[in-house]
Amino acid sequence: MSEEVEGTRTAEEKQEMEDTVISPEKAEEAKLKARYPNLAAKPGGSDLLRKRLQKGPKYFDSGDYNMAKAKMKNKQLPSAPTEKTEITGGHIPTPQDLPQRKTSIVASKLAG
Amino acid sequence: MAGPGGDMQWCFSQVKGAIDDDVAEADIISTVEFNHTGELLATGDKGGRVVIFQQEIENKNLPQFRSEYNVYSTFQSHEPEFDYLKSLEIEEKINKIRWLPQKNAAQFLLSTNDKTIKLWKISERDKRPEGYNLKEEDGRYKDPNSITSLRVPVLIPMDLMVEASPRRVFANAHTYHINSISVNSDEETYLSADDLRINLWNLEITDRSFNIVDIKPANMEELTEVITAAEFHPHQCNTFVYSSSKGTIRLCDMRASALCDKQSKLFEEPEDPSNRSFFSEIISSISDVKFSHNGRYMMTRDYLSVKIWDLNMESRPVETYQVHEYLRSKLCSLYENDCIFDKFECCWNGNDSVVMTGSYNNFFRMFDRGQRRDVTLEASRENSKPMQVLKPRKVCAGGKRKKDEISVDSLDFNKKILHTAWHPQDNIIAVATTNNLYIFQDKVN
Repeated sequence: MSEEVEGTRTAEEKQEMEDTVISPEKAEEAKLKARYPNLAAKPGGSDLLRKRLQKGPKYFDSGDYNMAKAKMKNKQLPSAPTEKTEITGGHIPTPQDLPQRKTSIVASKLAG
Repeated sequence: MAGPGGDMQWCFSQVKGAIDDDVAEADIISTVEFNHTGELLATGDKGGRVVIFQQEIENKNLPQFRSEYNVYSTFQSHEPEFDYLKSLEIEEKINKIRWLPQKNAAQFLLSTNDKTIKLWKISERDKRPEGYNLKEEDGRYKDPNSITSLRVPVLIPMDLMVEASPRRVFANAHTYHINSISVNSDEETYLSADDLRINLWNLEITDRSFNIVDIKPANMEELTEVITAAEFHPHQCNTFVYSSSKGTIRLCDMRASALCDKQSKLFEEPEDPSNRSFFSEIISSISDVKFSHNGRYMMTRDYLSVKIWDLNMESRPVETYQVHEYLRSKLCSLYENDCIFDKFECCWNGNDSVVMTGSYNNFFRMFDRGQRRDVTLEASRENSKPMQVLKPRKVCAGGKRKKDEISVDSLDFNKKILHTAWHPQDNIIAVATTNNLYIFQDKVN
């Protein structure tokens, strides 16, 4: 009986049925694209990897800072970005951007 | 894990670290490693400190009194540095610790942060000299005119002192961040791997190293993958593997050429292109690779699974174990909170019959290869009564949640177990939560 039913479905209908049963991964991808429409098509590409290679905070460089200040002397300096993952090369860190440097070194609590 | 008496059960043995929930960044454990006999257990943390525990063999004749691990030595291995040229801070976080096989009375280990590897010597001192002719006991020099007789200084026992001293510093060989170190079976050389290069060192020589793998493209815009982990074969001193962010593993033979850019074997599981999604490559990135003790297999850990590969078969793994498949329908939020980039490690037990890896909510998973059984256990202070048996945990993926099950949405993704280690001979395991180290052992019947 089921064979009869199968036989009456067209190829297009079958494909449509398959598409509606999306893998959970693809469903999650759709969710992500909905929230971030500007997300690059190729996630594993250079951007992601370069972010990985540059792990670590950028620090204040007085040379860069003064050069940038001289260039933009008529404009306000861009405010510090809130995202911690900001790595655009054009961004010159300002003193406000810098995280606190480490304080004194104490013994590990595992040894306590 | 069914032993002669039935299922093996795991019991709580010890927990190390502070109880308070407010975790200082420096206390975050970043690596855990047993030495070759299992007598010593080393941990490294984000603050650059190493703590070594030693197993106290109390009463081998009474098996119910299992030995405990107590603090043996602790030292500051790495300190924060500043790269003035690039205006970048170099973290003191210990990425990896690897023990050298013991050759004499002292113990040696390699510890590394992002840029520098150090060889540490840990030695014991339990005697001190007494009765010098020219010095007082407190070290002050005597007036030579007051000395009328000669005596032979003697060595007298003293309280055990364990000293750690840096014997070698291997620096300035890595432009990118070191993710792995591995001691060769020849016990003379070791490799260090960063995102794009792998270097070969001689343990005695610090001012030069040989580059054996270089995957940096001429144009960085063309960068498509990075090295995520590397390890030497346990017996074949010419063989090593390295894994990539694209889910491939390359096996290289150093006899083939000086620069091992061309692999001898490429291990890659074919992917169904219709299943490909935005997340496919990210979750296929291998976070850890470990050879089995017998050298016939290797294990890889990617975001959702553990795979066992036969070194003789490159086309696909021989076994695949799902660690937390229920997370596949949560990838969007895991990408947003960065958890999708968490690097979980994995380990083998002594006879390669069971593998273990961590997960979220302070859960960790064990897969018995022979019995085809797996279990989920939890490292928590609530189950920390002496010799308390750990109850298996279950995560409910959806639908009706049974009693004692935890739903996926209740999982705490800040409680991750990234680092675990298995004693090389016994059923003793070390499991690191964010800032605590748990030691579990199998229940002795």
